[in-house]
Amino acid sequence: MTSPQSGRISVLLFARYAELLGASSVSIELAPGATIADVVAGVRALPGGDQLPDRPLCARNLAMARLEEVVVPGDELALLPPMAGG
Amino acid sequence: MRYLSSAPLDTTTLLESIRDPSRGAVVTFVGAVRNHDGGRPVVALEYSAYGPMAEAVCGQIIAEASERWPATVALMHRIGRLVPGDDAVVVAAAASHRDAAFQAARWVIDEVKRRVPIWKREHYADGAADWIIPPEAVAAE
Repeated sequence: MTSPQSGRISVLLFARYAELLGASSVSIELAPGATIADVVAGVRALPGGDQLPDRPLCARNLAMARLEEVVVPGDELALLPPMAGG
Repeated sequence: MRYLSSAPLDTTTLLESIRDPSRGAVVTFVGAVRNHDGGRPVVALEYSAYGPMAEAVCGQIIAEASERWPATVALMHRIGRLVPGDDAVVVAAAASHRDAAFQAARWVIDEVKRRVPIWKREHYADGAADWIIPPEAVAAE
C-alpha cells in the first residue's frame, strides 16, 4: 500500500528547458516528503537534464516557489527558464 | 485569455478600456520587435509562455499597480511568431494627472519583464536562433 504522499508528479518544462529535455513535461517519482529540490534532481537525472541549472526558478500551482518546499501529489510544478517577456 | 494574445494586439480597444473623462492623462507604452540585437539582424521573435501562470501574474501586477498609484492600467502581451515592427506588448495607464500615469506604466512594463513567465527565441538573418536571456537574469541563473 502506497503512502498518500507518494506517487508520480508531472513537471512542466518551457522554452530552453523543454528543448534540453525534448519534452514539455516529464513524470518524476515522488517519495514521501520530497521537496521541489528533490524533484529538480529527478529531472536533472533524465537524458538532457544535466544541462539544467542546479537551482532553476520553480513554480508550484502557478506561483513562484522555493526549492525547500515539500511537494504533494496533485501539485502543478514547472521549471522556468529566466523570464524574457516584453 | 485576458492578458496574452496570439492575435495582433488591438491597442485602440485596450486604450478605450481604460479611458474615462475623469482621467485626463493617458500613457501608452508599446514594445515592438526590433530588427537587430547586439548588431545582428533579426528576422523574427518567437514568444512562448506558461499561459495560466502568465495570466495570473499579469493580473497580480495590474492589481498591485492600482494599489500603488491612483491609475487604471491595461496590459496585453503577444504570443507566437512575430516579425520586426510587430507589437509584442502594450501597457496603457490612465490617471487624473500625468505623474501617476507615467509611473504606473513604467512600473508595470518593468514588472512584466521581471515576473511574467514568457520566453522568446530570436531568429537571425543567417538562419541561427537563440533563446534570449536578459542580462539581469544571467546572474540569477
